[in-house]
Amino acid sequence: MKVTQLTVFLENRSGRLAEVADLLGSAGINIRGFSTTEAAEYGIVRLIVTDPDRARTLLHEAGFTTHFSQVICVKVPDEPGGLARVLDEVATAGASIDYLYSISFQNICFAVRDIDRAVELLAGKVTLLSDEEVRAL
Amino acid sequence: MTALSSDHLAADNVGGLLWEPAAESLPTAQLGELQIERLRAMLENAYANVPFCRKRLDEAGLKPGDVGCHGDVAGLPFTTKIDLRDHYPFGMFARPRDQIVRVHASSGTTGNPTTVGYTRADLDTWGDLIARTLAAGGVKPGDLLQNAYGYGLFTGGLGLHFGAERLGCTVVPISGGNTERQLKIMRDFGATALSCTPSYAMYLGDAARDRGLRPEDLPIRVGFHGAEPWTNELRLQIEAGLGIDALDIYGLSEMGGPGVAFECLCKKGMHINEDHYLAEIIDPETLRPLPEGEIGELVFTTLSREAQPLIRYRTRDLCSLTSEPCACGRTSARMSKPIGRSDDMLIIRGVNVFPSQIEEVLMSIPEIEPHYQIVVDRKGYLDVIEVWVEVGEDIFAETMGDLERFQRRVQAQIYNVLNIQAAVKLKEPKTIQRSEGKAVRVVDRRTAL
Repeated sequence: MKVTQLTVFLENRSGRLAEVADLLGSAGINIRGFSTTEAAEYGIVRLIVTDPDRARTLLHEAGFTTHFSQVICVKVPDEPGGLARVLDEVATAGASIDYLYSISFQNICFAVRDIDRAVELLAGKVTLLSDEEVRAL
Repeated sequence: MTALSSDHLAADNVGGLLWEPAAESLPTAQLGELQIERLRAMLENAYANVPFCRKRLDEAGLKPGDVGCHGDVAGLPFTTKIDLRDHYPFGMFARPRDQIVRVHASSGTTGNPTTVGYTRADLDTWGDLIARTLAAGGVKPGDLLQNAYGYGLFTGGLGLHFGAERLGCTVVPISGGNTERQLKIMRDFGATALSCTPSYAMYLGDAARDRGLRPEDLPIRVGFHGAEPWTNELRLQIEAGLGIDALDIYGLSEMGGPGVAFECLCKKGMHINEDHYLAEIIDPETLRPLPEGEIGELVFTTLSREAQPLIRYRTRDLCSLTSEPCACGRTSARMSKPIGRSDDMLIIRGVNVFPSQIEEVLMSIPEIEPHYQIVVDRKGYLDVIEVWVEVGEDIFAETMGDLERFQRRVQAQIYNVLNIQAAVKLKEPKTIQRSEGKAVRVVDRRTAL
């Protein structure tokens, strides 16, 4: 069983990732999972969405460069050792992983240059999680 | 002026020396006669020995003997860089190859470079013209010249080298780069003169200061800086940084390299070696000669070169000429610092680059979209060049590694062809500026040095 992943090329400009999310959101396409590469002058965003074909058409029309590829999605038991068991099976199969990210998210985690300022500005606008709250998820 | 020897070295009026006092202070009327006499001999040589020149003169209905005064020069046909490229490698030589003792080539050209050949006599003349250049800055036999121009096909390194030897200097052929070693040798050897690009002279001055070297710790007195355009403001900085007189020198490989024109210590324009080069200023649009003092395109006709006589070569450099007497006592006309180009040539760290050459490289890579932009900027005193290309779906795969490999591939191809390190920047589709009609391909953010 393989899953279609949509990849988008992005220059590292402020707000560009938000544009992608906006575009998909306003078209009623839900993002099931995504990852970004570490920001340099440019990066790529990998997306698992509810309607990949329509998402690609929309992004293409909006001037984004996109690419389709096939990936493997696996359910990971939510318990200690759950991820280890899955990765063991992958290793036993002799497959080497190019990249990996988690999907079906309700929480995201990201790094910014000036974290204190970002926290101050975001407070009240989005739900920020504390150390304890993250541990308790 | 006091002659120090029978034919070489007399003091000029401003602290420099005349290497060939008689020629350099020839009364203008006699200089004019000498030019016409040499021009006719040059045309005879070109007509007899270079089929291209014969064809051009025949097409213009002219014979070498038809030129009798300066007014006749405007009737002669022009020569361009394209003509030189079309006759690569030796088609413009007026001597058989076995009489050519050296060949140089222009920097940074794709396809065919432009070549320049010298007979033994041409090298002797070149040596004298460089000796004039150095002597004008007060360099005399026994001085130690640190020559930080690049050695190789580029005319700067070897040109300064043999001219300084001819003058009787000790020459240190250090070539460009390796700043640490430059400063060590400058101090340990006691260099009294320096030759390099102006941006490198500035860089050396800063590097010396960073290492706690004061100008008075270095015995260096004078610098000769050309191969890229620079301003009087930069001159003051170089002079303060190294404690020297910084002088501008002008040349181009097609005319044999440096030694075409040079500043004396008055620093008020570059004296053209008019007994060897006939200079004109033309309107680059109408191609008509412009009156003295007006800015236009500089055009040179060689007067003494045996191996490669060139008739009315269009330099594409924009400047003006003056024949006002100079306080130094030299009688030659002076050219202003070039203020720009009548074509789109860029000078990147002394290397000549045409945007069309970068385009050729990009267009040879099928995945690249036909939109690109060249951004030239300066970091510190060094030029940097970026080439922006759009990432279309042909380039884009799903890993960063693929994109980075693509960037490196384009950079390597540009380096192979142009010998410059360009940074390739990947941009999103349709983000590079499109313009009506002719696309704006080059953004030059450099302010004048």
